[in-house]
Amino acid sequence: MSVVPARVRTRRPTGSIVLAVYAVGVLVYLFLPIITIVAFSFNDPTSKFNLEWKGFTLDNWADPFAKGQLLDAMLYSLWIALWASVVATIIGGFVALALSRYRFRGGAFVNLFLVLPLTTPEVVLGASLLNFFVFADTPFLERGFRTILISHILFCVSFVSMTVKARVRGFDWTLEDAAMDLGAPPLRVFYKVTFPLIIPGILAAALLSFALSIDDYIITTMVSPVGGEPTFPLYIAGAFQREISPQINVLATMVLLVSVTLMAAGPVIGLLRRPKAATAP
Amino acid sequence: MTRRRGRAWQAAGVLPGRFIIDTTSGDTAGGPRADDVIVLDHVTKHYGSFVAVEEAHFSIARGEFFSMLGPSGCGKTTTLRMIAGFETPTSGAIRHEGVDVSRTPPYKRNVNTVFQQYALFPHMTVRDNIAFGPRSKKLDGAEVARRVDEIIDVVRLGDFAQRKPTQLSGGQQQRVALARALVNYPSALLLDEPLAALDLKLRQAMQIELKRIQREVGITFIFVTHDQEEALTLSDRIAVMSNGLVEQIGSPEEIYGSPASVFVAGFIGQANLWQTVVEAVADGRADVRIGDQLVTGAAGPNVARAGDHVTFMVRPERVKVTVLSPNASGASGSSGASGTSGAAIACEVIDYVFQGPVVRFALRSPDGSEIAAYVGSDEGLPLLRPGDRVWASWDRDAALVLPESANPSTLSTADAVGATAS
Repeated sequence: MSVVPARVRTRRPTGSIVLAVYAVGVLVYLFLPIITIVAFSFNDPTSKFNLEWKGFTLDNWADPFAKGQLLDAMLYSLWIALWASVVATIIGGFVALALSRYRFRGGAFVNLFLVLPLTTPEVVLGASLLNFFVFADTPFLERGFRTILISHILFCVSFVSMTVKARVRGFDWTLEDAAMDLGAPPLRVFYKVTFPLIIPGILAAALLSFALSIDDYIITTMVSPVGGEPTFPLYIAGAFQREISPQINVLATMVLLVSVTLMAAGPVIGLLRRPKAATAP
Repeated sequence: MTRRRGRAWQAAGVLPGRFIIDTTSGDTAGGPRADDVIVLDHVTKHYGSFVAVEEAHFSIARGEFFSMLGPSGCGKTTTLRMIAGFETPTSGAIRHEGVDVSRTPPYKRNVNTVFQQYALFPHMTVRDNIAFGPRSKKLDGAEVARRVDEIIDVVRLGDFAQRKPTQLSGGQQQRVALARALVNYPSALLLDEPLAALDLKLRQAMQIELKRIQREVGITFIFVTHDQEEALTLSDRIAVMSNGLVEQIGSPEEIYGSPASVFVAGFIGQANLWQTVVEAVADGRADVRIGDQLVTGAAGPNVARAGDHVTFMVRPERVKVTVLSPNASGASGSSGASGTSGAAIACEVIDYVFQGPVVRFALRSPDGSEIAAYVGSDEGLPLLRPGDRVWASWDRDAALVLPESANPSTLSTADAVGATAS
């Protein structure tokens, strides 16, 4: 037992030391900002700007929504993200399935159009959307919840279909033939065979679009009404001009915890399910 | 059994531009019969300008083990997919139990498929995989359970019912695929090269298993394969296909013993083939020339008159090798349509392989063509060496005069194409 680590230590060349230092450096680079955000959620700033470490307190965590508007903005963003990710996942999921499953006329163009919202600079996309909504000039497309939602769905559809397409690559489509062969009509084929098998890709796409929607600032700011209800990123950006409260860090930390929990949930659920399948009689 | 034997060329069905020899049907029409489970009525399938299947016109009887055999791209899988409902014929009709299903989707047809890679549902247990069909047909739970238990018994999967497909071996997955299809009591089971993914030993075991299961359930099996040995082993009847055309339909013995075309002769088993021209036709026999030698053989269906381009065929195991001339008349060996014996050709031994029960000879005839001959090692031949002079001869019933193939690519030069088809 004790021989093995000793031998490893004596063999370690300088190259691997450099590699270790490099790796630690990258990790620090990646995590230092996040650690700072979490740390400053426990800060007790003396001014309105939470930028210097003044002392440790739990007050911010005791009352994370001291600023009522902050909570409202958060809920507003969550509401938009929920709808945007649900709608975008349904549309984008089917687009991805169609593109992967079938060869059809115009398929290459659909592919191109899907990439466009990803490659177009957000400022351009936002500006052209604003232009479109103003030009449309109907009460339905009055800037507000609907225009924000439509814009978010637009870019989320692209991300969803790209994600699902990547996950569906290599899917054995003869499974659909087999199900149909066994007497299942198309709808049953979908919800009994196709959907259960691609659900991991669909969920990944939904989570991704949820995160993208919550996060979006540039497009949202362009298609939002002036002086209207702000989304979370809009509110924080606006608030930064007057104050930077530690509550922002508290919320950011909460969001971080939720994301990490969700990411960890996948493998954990997988681990919990596997023994069940193996021990079943 | 439903199989009916006819004499080799007796039943010739004439189709546009093509002969299909259904050597099993007693009637001269050779086409579909009313009491058959599956009928293909002049079925053609085009993909753009590509003809995948042309004028497939045959029927499959109840309880039959029917194989479609041919090289890849011959249209056998497309034909199977049309029977299953995954493809729609461009023209013609497909009937199941007398009902035209040409436009019926797969989920409304009472046939089931065993796919090449099995296509088992990876997220379901073996039991749920098998129960998928009955559940899709909305049978009540007790009936589903009864059927699943019954078929699990037939394919001997009892110990694996709760496993996922990935936890099974190739042979076990194969059984699940079979059970999943058979549990629906299909009027025909379609098998798309189901043994191709298995290694040789398992494949041979599964062949026996398939045959046992077919006998036990009594369901019509339609089997697609490119492996001629597999088709010969398993089938009651075989349809040999090439370039979208059905070249011949018949029992394994008929396909092997009386091939209807050069393609069939070369694809099934091994054959000595010579391209030549008919000299004379009489009494269903045709005289042709090999080099300067006149030989005779049973005339194929559209070998009608002198001057026809034909191929002369003799199976290697029908070729006799002797040191002395087998004909009393001596070296000429000439025997026309009136003669009783076939022919004797003076040859030179170029290769000699002892394989236990059989000795394989490669001989060179005076015109330069190679003749393959398989001789029983108990024939009492002296030890022969390359360069030795021998006589190659055969009974005249062993030789066939075949029509020119429609596929020029399958025509080889006058040497033994069979030697490459092992």
